[in-house]
Amino acid sequence: MNKQWHILVVDDEEITCESMAAWLREDGYSVDTAASGKEALEKTRRKEYAIYFVDLKMPKGIDGIETMMEIKKIYLDASVVIITAYATVDTAISAMKEGALEYIVKPCNPQEISMLVGRIIKVKNLERENTILRQKLLGQYTFHDIISKNAKMMEIFSLVQEIASLRSTVLIQGESGTGKELIARAIHFSGDRVDKPFIAVSCAALAETLLESELFGHEKGAFTGAMAQKQGKFELADGGTILLDEIGDIAPKLQLDLLRILQEKTFYRVGGIEEHKVDVRVIAATHVNLQEAVKQGKFREDLFYRLNVININIPPLRERLEDIPLLAKGFVERLSHELGKNIVDISEGALKKLMEHAWSGNVRELENTIERAMVTCKERVLSENDFQFLNGVKKEVVWSAPVMTLDEMEQMIIIAALKRTDGNVKEAATQLGIDRSTLYDKIKHYNIPR
Amino acid sequence: MNLIYLLPIGSIEDEVLSVLEQRLHQVLGWEIRRSVPLQMPVTAFNAVRQQYEALQVMRAVADVVPSSAKCALGIIQEDLSIPMLTFVFGQAQLQGRVALMSLARLRQEFYGLPANKELMMTRTVKEALHELGHTFGLIHCPTPSCLMTLANDVQHVDKKESAFCGGCSVLLKDTLREFEMNEEKEVL
Repeated sequence: MNKQWHILVVDDEEITCESMAAWLREDGYSVDTAASGKEALEKTRRKEYAIYFVDLKMPKGIDGIETMMEIKKIYLDASVVIITAYATVDTAISAMKEGALEYIVKPCNPQEISMLVGRIIKVKNLERENTILRQKLLGQYTFHDIISKNAKMMEIFSLVQEIASLRSTVLIQGESGTGKELIARAIHFSGDRVDKPFIAVSCAALAETLLESELFGHEKGAFTGAMAQKQGKFELADGGTILLDEIGDIAPKLQLDLLRILQEKTFYRVGGIEEHKVDVRVIAATHVNLQEAVKQGKFREDLFYRLNVININIPPLRERLEDIPLLAKGFVERLSHELGKNIVDISEGALKKLMEHAWSGNVRELENTIERAMVTCKERVLSENDFQFLNGVKKEVVWSAPVMTLDEMEQMIIIAALKRTDGNVKEAATQLGIDRSTLYDKIKHYNIPR
Repeated sequence: MNLIYLLPIGSIEDEVLSVLEQRLHQVLGWEIRRSVPLQMPVTAFNAVRQQYEALQVMRAVADVVPSSAKCALGIIQEDLSIPMLTFVFGQAQLQGRVALMSLARLRQEFYGLPANKELMMTRTVKEALHELGHTFGLIHCPTPSCLMTLANDVQHVDKKESAFCGGCSVLLKDTLREFEMNEEKEVL
């Protein structure tokens, strides 16, 4: 028995409502009554009820079936019990077709009603328990909106906590969609700058001149269209944190300006002569391999070292497959509220399908995929069929390995094959397309432990 | 006053009322006072169902509960029902001032069996304490042997014991004590 469950009794006869309410209250339920469908809907908009007892025939206004349909527009999953004094097969079928959970003829045996209420509440209790357990499970693996139980990610979470209150710059690297901004936010909101601004700027979104003005502000008349003085993001973030997203895409001139602000903590507005000083923690993020960009002369080495004081490398989703079920369930839970859909879970088959996908767009792609499936899903659980649009999308091999020799590469591939096959040389050889003796030779040659 | 009224509705055997006075006082420790009988509320009779409408009878009881009493327990011979249910043994306002019980289904004769006065008295005391328990805020108890468990037929009534379970006893004692303390404050 859960004393927090609310029940609504809807009947145009006051005595029916009140006597039923009194009987249910003795069972510990909180009971409201409504004398018409209209009143029932008004009450439903204010409060969700575990059970709705709705009289079929209410002469004034909308009848029981219409009331039920309107209630279900507000709460798709509402448990409505239609009550009638005049049972006919047609009305019963019609009520059930429209979504009534039960159809009862009054007066009915007290035992029948007791069992019915008990059965519905038992299901409600289980659903509530399930939701709580799921939230607890997700909560266990949630760090500032980032869901993961991957060991590398756990290390990142603890690093974030360690460095949150430092002033050092942070460079977050990772493929698109891995959650670089979320990590940046986690750093800001875990540290002592939490009550100060967090400003995120996408450096890739703006042209060089616009970005300069965006970051440092401009004086009136600094360029055509600069009708008034404007503060830049660095000034707005004073005391807080600025995230320079896609830092790898900025032009050389801006790289120099950034270097100055990191070294001197000062900057000039565009067109200005006055030096401004700010206290801003800089977090930079990029999907570009900055070390490579430095080698190629596309990124200033001195700026790279200034930014790379603390380095966080977020693994792509394909390297943390264990997170896919957690993330998928988390997205289902959040999106079902946002999309107003009554989808409560995702099937094992669907999860298996998601685990087999390449996810070159990482967590963002997974989120978009779940949303797309939910939009068209008609059931309460997302199934494999809802992800048919993923069929034919082959698992791409996204090559992001650092520079290495052919020997090193061969060694890495052999180790991976042995790991996949739990050390089964025959199977690993088949997967690698070589015969077993060749693989033995290579294992020996590279001194690979098994 | 820590007072509960026993209110016969129509004609109730003196022996039933005497046993109730004695047993309710023993269990609750409060004064149980017998009231003058209330006339049968004719408008509460449902001729089609040949039963009395519980809520209407309770309203008639509510009209005559003396302000000095915490609550009144109406006792009626006739069978009771509410529009949604074929019958009720009784009904009460949760944490309210009115409780009502019927003797009809507590008698073996109702089921075509020979009369058994002792059994009827035991059932009557159980039902009276159950309904009064509601007026003190107790709800149905999941313990099958507890007086506050919901009984949907007379077999259920017989199965439960004539006592509150540990949990319900504590809640009841607390509520009774609260009333008694409020009473003392008012006297002071």
